[in-house]
Amino acid sequence: MSSRLANHIRLISARGDKALGVFVTSGFPTPPDTPDILRAIDDGGADFIELGMPFSDPLAEGLPIQHSSGVAIEAGITMKQTLLFAANFRKHSDTPLVLMGYANPIVKYGISNFFRDARSSGVDGVILPDVPPESDSPFLLAAELNNVDLISLIAPTTPEDRMAFIDKLSTGFVYAVSVTGVTGSDLGSKAPIQAYLKRASTVLKHNPLLVGFGIRTRQDFLEMAEFTDGAIIGSALVGKIDELWGQPKLSQHDKLKGVKAFIHELKTGSLNA
Amino acid sequence: MDNSLSSTSLGASSYSLPDERGRFGPYGGAYVPEILVPALKELIRGFSEAWQDPSFQLDYHDLLGTYVGRPTALTFANRLTAKLGGAKIYLKREDLCHTGAHKINNTIGQILLARRMGKTRIIAETGAGQHGVATATVCAKFGMPCIVYMGSEDMERQQLNVMRMRLLGAEVRPATSGSKTLKDATNEAIRDWVTNVRDTFYIIGSVVGPHPYPQMVRTFHEVIGSEVKNQLKKAENRHAPDLLVACVGGGSNAMGLFGPFLNDPSVSMIGVEAAGEGLDGLHAATLTLGEPGVLHGAMSYLLQDEEGQVALAHSISAGLDYPGVGPEHAYLKDSGRVTYVTATDTEAIEGVRLLAQTEGIIPALETAHAIAALRTLAPTLDRNQIIVVNCSGRGDKDMGTISAHL
Repeated sequence: MSSRLANHIRLISARGDKALGVFVTSGFPTPPDTPDILRAIDDGGADFIELGMPFSDPLAEGLPIQHSSGVAIEAGITMKQTLLFAANFRKHSDTPLVLMGYANPIVKYGISNFFRDARSSGVDGVILPDVPPESDSPFLLAAELNNVDLISLIAPTTPEDRMAFIDKLSTGFVYAVSVTGVTGSDLGSKAPIQAYLKRASTVLKHNPLLVGFGIRTRQDFLEMAEFTDGAIIGSALVGKIDELWGQPKLSQHDKLKGVKAFIHELKTGSLNA
Repeated sequence: MDNSLSSTSLGASSYSLPDERGRFGPYGGAYVPEILVPALKELIRGFSEAWQDPSFQLDYHDLLGTYVGRPTALTFANRLTAKLGGAKIYLKREDLCHTGAHKINNTIGQILLARRMGKTRIIAETGAGQHGVATATVCAKFGMPCIVYMGSEDMERQQLNVMRMRLLGAEVRPATSGSKTLKDATNEAIRDWVTNVRDTFYIIGSVVGPHPYPQMVRTFHEVIGSEVKNQLKKAENRHAPDLLVACVGGGSNAMGLFGPFLNDPSVSMIGVEAAGEGLDGLHAATLTLGEPGVLHGAMSYLLQDEEGQVALAHSISAGLDYPGVGPEHAYLKDSGRVTYVTATDTEAIEGVRLLAQTEGIIPALETAHAIAALRTLAPTLDRNQIIVVNCSGRGDKDMGTISAHL
């Protein structure tokens, strides 16, 4: 079956635009904030949303998302709650929603049950940065069975034949990690990243290509998306949320306005949301 | 003889795991960020070529002989044997290795491999600091830059080893996330590797992590069991003991001892986990009370909560204080080939005293768990049966903790 997420990204590309994916940690800063934050991101103009399923040992994450994951776990976030946030979001919005997380909480939940419940919660896809694609992976089989995209990653170290293999197994899109590093890393010089993305875009035949890790500003977004269908920001928003929620004088309304404006500026370059 | 000691037949000489994808049954594999996939493939190839290369073997065994001090002795523990009143107990004296524990067998092997593969920077994780010291030692010997990640909590508890590593020229970087212990130090080391994968070699300190680490680390430690075979032949004219006993945290000293005997159904094996304060309290008995899960690149048993968040482990011995365990142990438990039992903090302290006062050997707290288990195991065997226990490390590093409990 064709992927709603892939089609959505292709439509954005077809009109000459670039897709903006936005990551936020479920349950951060507190579980009751998540539904509001999801709506603010949506209202800000994100083309799809990645909802992070917190894990105690997130080895691909830099400090901001390690921190947000720890805070959410401390606040008692559960997988069931995260799926409920997804289901409630789906009642109000058609914007594609992807869950991102690590293998263990899913193994614990039960791999088939997880993909079944993700599907029934209106989730479009799943990203698992510690599960490299293999053709007989139980994650892949469960994803296929439940018609949920399993979005795989490539990295600057990935040889072209493996990029092609990953493209064949991935659905929704292929997630290009910008640099060798964790989320929120410094991008450093952009020319070599662009060269790698350009190379990847010529290898990919089946999926849109999006880039993530270390993208902080509108400028980063445009430069990184030049050879791709779009880009994903995560740590920068998590940092922004930390900053907004750290201001006791701001009302919830103003904090959410801050989130919306942050996304709007990334998407359009305009400060007026 | 206790039924739990009767050996399980695996079918004659059939044990040859992991498979080509690094699996031990459902366990093992490589659950890592895609960035590391090419590096792991390079490592699989590099290790396999090196291990079959006579010149690598020559270098490795030469260093084990002239630098580590191998072969280590196999000591007949006559007074311990008499006191426990059962099987004859032999101690495989890994405590006599340079740096005071078996850990250096592996760091020697991995640093030779790192050089051969053209890597110029070494990273490692450490809990108690023994693997960190063993890594810093070989880096000094080979003049390579060395960064050791260590939980900030562990740095506090094991200041002496931090000083040793720094004296050896290593940079010790505190891991300040999570529980600030070995699990978090391992996360930080993996994050460093993800960032510097092109020039960096990650020397993992146990039979954990993604394929090929569990296999490679076991292989570098199998010199332990291989020496036991030869030494037992001389001492007892026996090709194998009746029972092997070793402590299990990540499980490297146990795999080094067990590995060469896995295909011999006449040999029983027991791994001893840390029961900490007791199995109903804080503990590190991963195989005994954990359940399958994914941590640090492999599927294995794991201490975790209902949400799949990794739980905190506890043991008086920092080297066993880890919520995971090597994937091969998970397989050996499920298959019944190895039996896993536990010893508490208190029993471990008693184990230290027992070995010190019967044999004049002060064991590491990790090792003391294996000694503690002998108290119940040895009397169940006949006097003509033989137990070999891995005396995996010496206790000097633990004198602070031990003296607080004596």
